[in-house]
Amino acid sequence: MKCFALLLLLLASPALADSRMGAAPLANVQLTDVRQERQARALMETIRCLVCQGQSIADSDAEMAGDMRSLIRERIQKGERPEAIRSWLIQRYGDWVTYEPPLSVTTIFLWGLPVLLLMLGGGLALGRIRRTSKR
Amino acid sequence: MRKVLLWLPLALFGLLLGIMGHGILNPEQTTVPSRLIGTKVPQFDLPAAVPSHAALKSSDLASGKPILLNIFASWCLPCITEAPILEELKAKGVTIHAIAIRDKPEDVARFLSDHGDPYASIGSDVSSRVQISLGSSGVPESFVIDGKGIIRHQHIGDIKVEDVPKILKALEEAR
Repeated sequence: MKCFALLLLLLASPALADSRMGAAPLANVQLTDVRQERQARALMETIRCLVCQGQSIADSDAEMAGDMRSLIRERIQKGERPEAIRSWLIQRYGDWVTYEPPLSVTTIFLWGLPVLLLMLGGGLALGRIRRTSKR
Repeated sequence: MRKVLLWLPLALFGLLLGIMGHGILNPEQTTVPSRLIGTKVPQFDLPAAVPSHAALKSSDLASGKPILLNIFASWCLPCITEAPILEELKAKGVTIHAIAIRDKPEDVARFLSDHGDPYASIGSDVSSRVQISLGSSGVPESFVIDGKGIIRHQHIGDIKVEDVPKILKALEEAR
C-alpha cells in the first residue's frame, strides 16, 4: 500500500508557477511577412521581460513574455508601427520596460555622458600633442 | 594641487567600486508599478471565466462606488493564501471583481470551491492581454478603482492580513 502511494506520488505533477494553458498563438510562431517579422523581432529584443527581469521578451521562456511576443506580432501584423507599440508599453510600465530608454530629463546624463567623455578625452589628447610638438 | 589631481583617478575608481558593490548588495527592486494609477481603466470586454459567474468588461468597474479588481489564477500559489483575506474584505462589504489569467473554466471552478469565492464577476484573460493593458506584471495583483472607473491604487503581490487596513483606506479614499 505504501509502495503504491509512493508510486502515485511519482505521477503527481509538481506545483509550478505556470498555467496549464499553451503558448499564445504568435508567441513562438514567426509572421509570414519577412519584413514584419524583422520589425517584430527587433522590438521584442528591446522590450524587457517583467517576470525574468534581466532578459528581453525575445529571450525569455516566461509565459508572460510569450504573451507579450504574441501581442507585438499581432499588432505589427495589423500594420501598427513598432515605436507606437513601444510607447504603448512605456505608458503602462514606464521606461523600465524598454532597453532603449527615451531621451528625458532623467536619462540626459546617460545619453550625454559618452559625448562629454569623448570631448574630455579629445581635449586632453590635444593638449598633450600641442605640448610635445612645442618641445 | 597637482598631487590632488594625481590621486583623483584612484578616488574615482574607488567611488565606482563603491557604487558597484552597493548595486550587488542591494539588488534592484523587483516590483514594477503600473503607470496607469490616476487614469481610467483601459477598455476591455472579457468572457466569463466560469459559467457560475458573470463576465467582466471595463464599464462594469465604473459602478458609482469603489471596487477592488483582483488579478488571480488557479495555478498561482500566493493566490491561495490571499483567498481568505479577500473573503474577509468581502465580509466587510467590499465588492471584488476578478480577472483570471491563463485559466481553464474547470480549474477556476475547482479553485473557487477549494479556496473560497469572494468574486462578484470573473473575466477570463487567456493570453494576459488585459493584464498587460493594465500595466500589471504578475499574479496576484489588485487594483482599487473608484466609482468613475479611475484606477486609484495598485497592490502588487498577495494581500496579507497586515495589508487589509491599507486596502480599506484606499477604498475609502476612492469614495
